[in-house]
Order: sequence, then structure tokens, then C-alpha cells
Amino acid sequence: MERELVFELPNDLGCIEEAVEFVVGRCSTCQEVARKLRLNFRVSLVEALSNAMIYGNGRDPHKRVRVEVTLMAGRVIARVTDQGRGFDPDGVPDPTTPRNLTREGGRGLFLMRQLMDEVHFNDRGNSVTLTLHLADGEALRGTASA
Amino acid sequence: MAFHVNREGDVTVLDVDGQLIVGNRQELKKAVLDELEKGERKFLVDFTKTGYIDSSGLGVLVSLSKKIREQEGELRLASLNEDLRTLFELTKLDTLFRIADSREEALEGF
Repeated sequence: MERELVFELPNDLGCIEEAVEFVVGRCSTCQEVARKLRLNFRVSLVEALSNAMIYGNGRDPHKRVRVEVTLMAGRVIARVTDQGRGFDPDGVPDPTTPRNLTREGGRGLFLMRQLMDEVHFNDRGNSVTLTLHLADGEALRGTASA
Repeated sequence: MAFHVNREGDVTVLDVDGQLIVGNRQELKKAVLDELEKGERKFLVDFTKTGYIDSSGLGVLVSLSKKIREQEGELRLASLNEDLRTLFELTKLDTLFRIADSREEALEGF
């Protein structure tokens, strides 16, 4: 069975933690995939939301961020879309090189790519789709209503 | 997130309770910088009660470590759970910090 969660957030960094816990809380699942949801999915969703609010929407409190999460057997997909002009994800440097290791920022996209199985941006660069694959037989039992 | 500042000898210990993420990282930064301003030079962040950290939280730790080193001090980390260890390893920040398994281990020889 496939379930969808769709909602919008104000451009407020203070909303991120509660929004992420809300989504992860809807992913009732077996023990085996719990860590993937707790670490990989949760951290990646925080990164996508904060990138959207800070860089995409430029911290503009009048803008909003749209979140679409699809829960299904075998995978979970989250799309985060901001109202900004977009950016070039290929232009972000590797934060693990010696030169960049001591920089404060620049690890968000890297973490998403490390923790999720697929990370895709739309052509404009204002919408990112994160996909986490679950092993065969691992099913998410979504409890949310659409 | 809530955090508590304690003193263990001449070491300032900060316990992070909850998540250290983009929405609250400035609170930790301010607390450490206030202590640094007062003259403290040895800092330990204890993650025993921490759930997860995002890139902003990691970035704040990098920034604080740099500022403390500039004042000839040191920032150590302790008690990272498996998830936090993974994040430090992925970002190679485990090579930048002295990370102890426990608070006691971190305080030894500080």
C-alpha cells in the first residue's frame, strides 16, 4: 500500500525539527529499517529543509517550503521544493578535502548524497527528491492519511 | 534541544540534550563563546543524551574548535552514539576532533 504526506511549512528554521519528527513518526516500520529512518532519512530531510529555507528561499519569512513524502513497500521518497530561483548542485565543493574540512558550512548536500540512495534536483534547482531504498521485504507501514 | 554547562576542574563541560540542528545551533555556540570570553580554555561537549546532529551542528563544532584553538585552548567530544559516529566518519570530522568514548576518558589528561 502506498501512502502520501503533503504539507507546506513557513520559512522558519524553528519548524524543521517538529516537521521531521512528524514525518518519521508516520513511518511505522520493522526494527531492521529503523536505523535507516532514524539516521539516513531524518538527517537528510533536515538538510533538504534547511537548504530550502536558507539558500532557496533566502530566509524570506513570506516564502514557504512544500514537502511531499511517499511511503511504500521497498522505499520512501521525499520531495522538498522551495520558492527560490534554484542553484547548481554540481557546483558544491567536496567538504571532506583538507582545504574544506575546517570550513563551517558546505556539508548539507554531501550528507544527503551519502545517506540517501538517490538525490535528484529538478532542472531549475529549487526542488530536491530524496529516495531511500529498503531491502527486499522491508515494508513501511504508513499510518498517515493522504 | 537543551544543554547544561558544568565544570569539571578547569574543564567546561556541555551536555547536549536532544538534537543539535540548524534551528538551535546558535544557542550552543553562544554558550561556548561566552565561556571563552570569560577566560575558559578547555571545553568538552558530551553527547550522551544527543539524538542526532545535522550539517549545521557539525559546522558549529568546527567553528568553535577553530576559535578555541586560536585562544590556545582545546575542544574535545565524548560519548557519541553510533549514528553520530557515522556522521563524523562520513564527513571525516573524526580526523579533526579528539573523540572519547566517555566523559571520564575525555577528561583524562585534559
